Amino acid sequence: MKAKQLQKLSSTLQKEVGNDIYCDVDTDFLIVRLNNQKIITTLLSLLKDHPDFLCSILTDLFVIDYPEHTQRFNVVYNLLSIKHNFRVVIKVGIDDDNIDTVIKVHSCASWYEREAWDMYGVKFNHHPDLRRILTDYGFEGHPLRKDFPLTGYKEVRYDLEQKKVIYEPVNLTQEFRTFDFLSPWEGTQYVLPGDEKAKEQK
Amino acid sequence: MEKQGEFKSITLNFGPQHPAAHGVLRLILELDGEIIERADPHIGLLHRGTEKLIENKTYLQAVPYFDRLDYVSPMCQEHAFALSVERLLKCEVPIRAKYIRVLFSELTRILNHCLNIATQALDVGATTPLLWLFEEREKIMEFYEQVSGSRMHSAYFRPGGVAQDLPNGMLERIEEFVDNFPKILADTETLLTDSRVWKQRLVDVGVVTPQQAQDWGFSGPMLRGSCIPWDLRKSQPYEVYAKMDFDIPVGRNGDCYDRYLIRVEEMYQSIRIIKQCIREIPEGEVKSLDRKISPPPRVEMKHSMEALIHHFKLYTEGYSVPAGEAYAAVEAPKGEFGVYLVSDGTNKPYRCRIKAPGFAHLQGLDFMSKGHMLADVVTIIGSLDVVFGEIDR
Repeated sequence: MKAKQLQKLSSTLQKEVGNDIYCDVDTDFLIVRLNNQKIITTLLSLLKDHPDFLCSILTDLFVIDYPEHTQRFNVVYNLLSIKHNFRVVIKVGIDDDNIDTVIKVHSCASWYEREAWDMYGVKFNHHPDLRRILTDYGFEGHPLRKDFPLTGYKEVRYDLEQKKVIYEPVNLTQEFRTFDFLSPWEGTQYVLPGDEKAKEQK
Repeated sequence: MEKQGEFKSITLNFGPQHPAAHGVLRLILELDGEIIERADPHIGLLHRGTEKLIENKTYLQAVPYFDRLDYVSPMCQEHAFALSVERLLKCEVPIRAKYIRVLFSELTRILNHCLNIATQALDVGATTPLLWLFEEREKIMEFYEQVSGSRMHSAYFRPGGVAQDLPNGMLERIEEFVDNFPKILADTETLLTDSRVWKQRLVDVGVVTPQQAQDWGFSGPMLRGSCIPWDLRKSQPYEVYAKMDFDIPVGRNGDCYDRYLIRVEEMYQSIRIIKQCIREIPEGEVKSLDRKISPPPRVEMKHSMEALIHHFKLYTEGYSVPAGEAYAAVEAPKGEFGVYLVSDGTNKPYRCRIKAPGFAHLQGLDFMSKGHMLADVVTIIGSLDVVFGEIDR
């Protein structure tokens, strides 16, 4: 029954918006792929006000990073309709790492967008207060990007001599190792510590 | 008449080491005398990069990170992760495991609300509820310990089921607890519910209208306090909640007092669910029989080579999850806790987004505290039920 309802909704939405979107029905939510990032605010306010949708709550807003894609960042909006009891997930691939803010439609987007900026460096145009939110004061870089190392670049400690907290480049006492589990029989690509010259000698 | 001097607003730094800040909240308050003009929460002092870490761990290794998000209600977060992974794996969970999950989710709800009410009362000035309710919390944490070996960070709900079956006599002990608990709760209520001081501090403080609650993305008791009957256990039932008989308390005024009443009533309802679970729980398996997902029993490994291989593969490589995306949410004690997983078909999640209810709630602090006195901010923070493990992630 749910699938039927969502199927119907997807055709309604397709009719309202046109070719800019592509709808797909998952088990219990509607997935909308938006090709035109300029209409994101219009789409969200349509979903909020249209009597068939009434998606009044923006549950979540986040970014997925695909470094190899031409549109590197996907912004995902997770909407909930309390009235009709379903979720709509909107996914937008964005150009030039920036997209319009949706604060005017959903006030709670403010912090989510700040978090997305902090973690991924996606800019939200016209956001009144796009500061970093989760990282340290004076932090550099965007830690959730796939090319940001897991260990980070700087470490922080309290220095007894200087009597203050100081920042230093990360110094790992043990090598950070990643294991290639996907081709365990073909052999691994990583070089074991102390084994760097083994290949050259052959 | 002499012209009065102009008053400049004062900026006050509240926290991060203030006991009423419930952890590491740093608030920059702009005050006009004692009236709040603006509250700017600075969060992230407990940021550990959980989402990044999970991307670098196998699915099973990710489970313990969820305990450490909202460390006041650990099992509910594991639950959301487990549901999300199961959705991608399309794996069936045995019915007994479902009952155990519901049972422990509700114990967790009591665990969480006990802490919330007790600490809020402490912030407002009442010490006794803390002493009484923390004793009960300790009992629940003993149940945690009996099933998982750990008082708080249990790693008990795992994709495919639960880690192990309940030990002997567990259900009787839980039953004894839920028989006695309403009395303690009723005693606590005599100290708070009708207390003049308690009401003076809570009634009409931090009012949230239904529109505001939706606009600011609230969930859980924050949403229900504002007259919106919405609970994922009823509206989008998961596990065996559809079979359970319980009511959803809804507030009328959207103030701190209503939210307090809702939390108290939710505990009574949780007890109803727990009793029902104890009555109905069937015998049987507690984790999926698919050996590609859940480990074989130790006895089997002693004589079966295949079981040994499965065990070894599961604890080194882990299991690969089919490519795709899934969102699963549970009604955690604080609100909707969800996990959005993106899998690329390998043994590690490509992206694991954690939707924490407290993040949205804390954002509402600014509009909720506007125009209130400084002391009311403490009440509002208590009523938001913030825990920084989940907000900062």
